[in-house]
Amino acid sequence: MSALLEVRGVSKRFGGLLAVDSISFEVGKGEIVGLIGPNGAGKTTLFNVINGIFKPDSGNIIFDSRDITGWPPEKVARHGLARTHQIVKPLNELSVLDNVVVGACFGSEHLPLKQAREVALEVLDRVGLGKRKDALARELTIAGKKRLEVARSLASSPKAILLDEVLAGLNPTEVSHMIGIVRGIRERGISVFMIEHLMQAIMNLSDRVVVLNFGKKIAEGTPTEISRDSQVLEAYLGDPNIAEKLMESD
Amino acid sequence: MLARPSFWMIVSVTLVFAVLPLATGDANLRENLIIIAVAIALASNLNLMIGYTGYVNFGNVVAYGLGGYIGLYLTTVTGWPLLAAAIGAGIAVSLFTLVFGLAILRLRGAYFGLATIGILEAVRTFASNFSPWGSAAGLYVSMSAYQPLGGPMRAVWIAYLAVVAVMGISMLLSLFVKRSKFGLGLFAIREDEDAAVVLGVNATVYKSVVYSISAFLPAVVGALIFYKNGMIDPGGAFDLSLSIEAIVMLLLGGRGTVTGAVIGAALYEQLRGYLLTSPSFTNFHLVITGGLLLIIILFAPEGLIGGLYRLLPRARRVFE
Repeated sequence: MSALLEVRGVSKRFGGLLAVDSISFEVGKGEIVGLIGPNGAGKTTLFNVINGIFKPDSGNIIFDSRDITGWPPEKVARHGLARTHQIVKPLNELSVLDNVVVGACFGSEHLPLKQAREVALEVLDRVGLGKRKDALARELTIAGKKRLEVARSLASSPKAILLDEVLAGLNPTEVSHMIGIVRGIRERGISVFMIEHLMQAIMNLSDRVVVLNFGKKIAEGTPTEISRDSQVLEAYLGDPNIAEKLMESD
Repeated sequence: MLARPSFWMIVSVTLVFAVLPLATGDANLRENLIIIAVAIALASNLNLMIGYTGYVNFGNVVAYGLGGYIGLYLTTVTGWPLLAAAIGAGIAVSLFTLVFGLAILRLRGAYFGLATIGILEAVRTFASNFSPWGSAAGLYVSMSAYQPLGGPMRAVWIAYLAVVAVMGISMLLSLFVKRSKFGLGLFAIREDEDAAVVLGVNATVYKSVVYSISAFLPAVVGALIFYKNGMIDPGGAFDLSLSIEAIVMLLLGGRGTVTGAVIGAALYEQLRGYLLTSPSFTNFHLVITGGLLLIIILFAPEGLIGGLYRLLPRARRVFE
């Protein structure tokens, strides 16, 4: 599997904090890769560096065989790398349909309005928002707004999509619906790189998982490998041998 | 576009403005209508910034005043024909705002608004000290400058019809931008600029272009009006209160809507005309304007058309 997105030794520093510390990994074509790690591990910062909101201090980001390091976000989007936001950013006073039309118009295909509207309607049906197309975006529930985020980025016909906690805050029914949507994305050959806290979901969906802690990549592998990795267990559950270590040091 | 009721409303309003005073030959009516036409043109173009893009341009009158100065200079000193001078003024002012836009549109929210006031004051001070523009005394149009148009009387009518045409084009521009991909990009910026950028909207370019476009027609109107008035001076050309009145018109009618800018401008001019001529209010018109602005912002932030949408959701399709 050839790499679609390649992150090479990327670092991002905020003052004294090394938020992302020389991270490297790849996302292959049509692959679902999970990105997990405790709060503050640098997951969203890594997303922001990949899609151009922050410029990395060092390292390179290669997407679709082009070096997109330092590109502004709108250029990254037009090159076929879409993303959603953890804290949803609906265009509140526009209709649900128009929100998605924005994605289609300004995404990788530069569609004219009329075609963009057709694409948007089709995508809205796919994420289950078809009936709400004329509502204003602000009127949607949180689950609806999360789907809208996904719909907007899908409408841009991306080659890969960065999903930032699309399952957070959803109830179990909504979670399983969203998992269906994510699987559907992959079936269309779009790569998915997703941040998620819901372990069961990420272990189920992902082909591979990358684990961050304190800005560093501490593990990478299949969900099964990850769930057995001692460093990962430590990051999430604490050191299993902490009690013994404490006693030894006495 | 031809199937839209708004398009035909715009065409009708423009024709009524053009034909009514011509048919009756009523100079009073013409003077009343020209004030409303100017207001509609200014409010419609300001709507592109405030209503569509969400950037409050407090110094919007700078385009009008600069257009007036450049237009008057071109007609009186350089001897250009009126329409060429007006369009030349529009182009010059658009280029000027494009340059400034690239600089100040990095600012957001209140900071952008403050910067536009700064530009207005800077340009006013420049005009007050620039001797080719007559410094503080300003420029005058000599009677002979009206000769190419067949004397002052005819020149006034020609200027009137030209202003009405610009009013019509302003409304059409609003409608056209609103229904275009460009307009959708502006709306996305207004709603959430960060989200718009992540969706692929080149916000820097879009904002600069709309800032520049929204200056073109006001500059043309300025060139026509000050030519018609026969004089221009820095205080009259760069009057901050006129900027704020244009904002009141827009908010009164309903920002972001083509019809709202028109209705707000017409209503506000009626009110202003009444206040200015009524003996008990004449010194208070800006006080009442300020009060009106407060009431709108507190109780009806969407303006008259926004209220209409709320009562009758279907009205959205008719009154865009």
